[in-house]
Amino acid sequence: MAKLTEVRWHGRGGQGAKTASYVLAIASAEQGWEVQAFPEYGAERRGAPMRSYVRISDAPIRLRCAVQHPQIVIVLDDSLLKSENVTDGLEEGAVVIVNTSESPEEVRGKLDYQDVKLCTVDATAISLDTIGRNIPNTPMLGALAKVSDVVTVEGAQEAVRKQLGTHLRPEVLEANMQAISRAYEEVQVA
Amino acid sequence: MSDRVYAKDAGWKDMVAGGYIPQAGNAEEYSVAGWRIVHPVRDDDACIDCLFCWVYCPDNAVYVENESVIGLGFDLEHCKGCGICAAVCPKDCIKMEEGSMPAEDE
Amino acid sequence: MGVRQPLEGNNAVAEAMRQINPDVVAAYPITPSTEIVQTFAKFVADGLVDTNFVAVESEHSAMSACTAAAAAGGRVMNVTSANGLALMWEILYITASLRQPVVLTVVNRALSGNINIHCDHSDAMGARDAGWLQLFGEDAQEAYDNLFQAVAIAEREDVRLPVMSCLDGFLVSHSYELVEVEDDDALRDWVGPYKPRMPLLDINNPYTMGPLDLWDYYIEHKRSQWDAYPDAKQAVIEEGQRFGETFGRSYGLMECVELDDAELVVMAMGSTAGTCKDVVADLREQGVKAGLLKLRCFRPFPAPEIVEVLKGAKALAVLDRAASFGAATAPLFSETVSALYSHGVHAPALNIIYGLGGREIRPEDIVGVFDDLKAIAKSGQPSDPVKWIGVRE
Repeated sequence: MAKLTEVRWHGRGGQGAKTASYVLAIASAEQGWEVQAFPEYGAERRGAPMRSYVRISDAPIRLRCAVQHPQIVIVLDDSLLKSENVTDGLEEGAVVIVNTSESPEEVRGKLDYQDVKLCTVDATAISLDTIGRNIPNTPMLGALAKVSDVVTVEGAQEAVRKQLGTHLRPEVLEANMQAISRAYEEVQVA
Repeated sequence: MSDRVYAKDAGWKDMVAGGYIPQAGNAEEYSVAGWRIVHPVRDDDACIDCLFCWVYCPDNAVYVENESVIGLGFDLEHCKGCGICAAVCPKDCIKMEEGSMPAEDE
Repeated sequence: MGVRQPLEGNNAVAEAMRQINPDVVAAYPITPSTEIVQTFAKFVADGLVDTNFVAVESEHSAMSACTAAAAAGGRVMNVTSANGLALMWEILYITASLRQPVVLTVVNRALSGNINIHCDHSDAMGARDAGWLQLFGEDAQEAYDNLFQAVAIAEREDVRLPVMSCLDGFLVSHSYELVEVEDDDALRDWVGPYKPRMPLLDINNPYTMGPLDLWDYYIEHKRSQWDAYPDAKQAVIEEGQRFGETFGRSYGLMECVELDDAELVVMAMGSTAGTCKDVVADLREQGVKAGLLKLRCFRPFPAPEIVEVLKGAKALAVLDRAASFGAATAPLFSETVSALYSHGVHAPALNIIYGLGGREIRPEDIVGVFDDLKAIAKSGQPSDPVKWIGVRE
């Protein structure tokens, strides 16, 4: 059987869930995995809840539908815990990483399905600290590196350089690198 | 009809791919004399050679030589009898007369 | 040697266009193919291609300009989706009738109304009688590879017909995946220089194109056009093989998955075929003789070839991502069953209509189709040949 890891990002339009899923795909591809990343497009409104998906496998990926039973869920904004069912389709042992200032224990009570490995990281604070703006998507990749083998910190950093390097000023790019490392260090695993 | 168009009984295998007509300008081969119910006649004595009739004719049916139309008449194989030449003539010296051809040619 | 790199489907197509370096692109952007036009326009602005990019005011103008540029003697490409393709409709017929080898990428999207930006095949199916060849790609790699083959097929002296290269909107166009991008020079060598046939700009050899053509010759011209498609089918096969010889990825009219001994067969086009492959593999592990016929070349429709691979099936489901309103069945089913019937094959067949406007098609939906096939294989032809799936009752 192929080893397939499926990731679902929850974000709001403009928070960079789509970019983060592409960056994750690039990073995983660099590590030799087969990848597929795609956003769920609705009406593309800034601030509206949206999902983005990544499949990472050791065999060619042929499936062409939304991820239904992800092993990893990443929530870019903890206000989504109220409006979105972020544990939708999860099975026992799935990893949920939430960008929040709260602890895993506090967040667990807000989930519909609790049989998950819950991780929290204050990616907003980290991005404000390092990048100077609330851009939680890149630090979340650092947090993911801590709890999964689909990406490493160095892989995530290299992929961000590749995907965003031509768009960002050098100091902003460097701040993103720091944000990834810090999130890797600071993520709390319940 | 000349060899510049398909033979009347040409079959589909004779067609040039794309429905092209192999040579250009074969509309010249096609007489529209039968489309007319009136034909133009110019009073060459009143004509001032302004060439308006030649410029405006949609069918290139006004003969011209050395920047002059006087005495040359019309190409009655390609004139459709539309009357534009008569309408634009500033001296009113072109009349559209009954019949598809001048009486002496009938 | 090619390099495998992660690319969004649309960018893979834009990259292919850069490598082909056409003389003229006249395009009008529309979701979900916008990024192709946008990225290619940037290549033009950056001087990476020699293309004359014509910004036009509509898709009707885009295809008019493309057809005219091809008639003048240029290698011409274009990109569109859905309503954009519909607006080109009048000109599509003219491009094909005039035998101009324009290559058009169609990122498949539902036609209005109501307004929808997501994937189905109603746009391409609406253009199926226009005389264009139509190739359907399953993923970004195929969309990339198909574009080079589309140019090579279209420009062959024994073809000279326009080609549509189709890929599924969002599902492929906005999916990031690994695409083997080949070397520029190798691809340009493979595609080769363009030798236009009877270009209008050859002023020493004038002729008449597109004249008034009434009852006296029109039908001879149409009969002559009809005769072009068997050759075009052969060209699709040969160029698919030739591509494989150079780049290692061969293509044909269709892809047969486990069809040799298959009893229950699903037929599909586009990205859904990928999901079907996973389901067929699972069912095979369970001992079910399941198979998939992925049709790549819808035009010319390879009727005898389809019959050949389907004649042993005990039950067949044809998946249409389009409806043909007022028709008894949807296009892919109608043509497939017509091919089978006219060749004396009468397997029970079910027409599945699915995925309109981007409605999800999941592995369990395909498993459900195979369950239907199991029943039909026993009971015979169902009383209603059409079944809509993935739709709320």
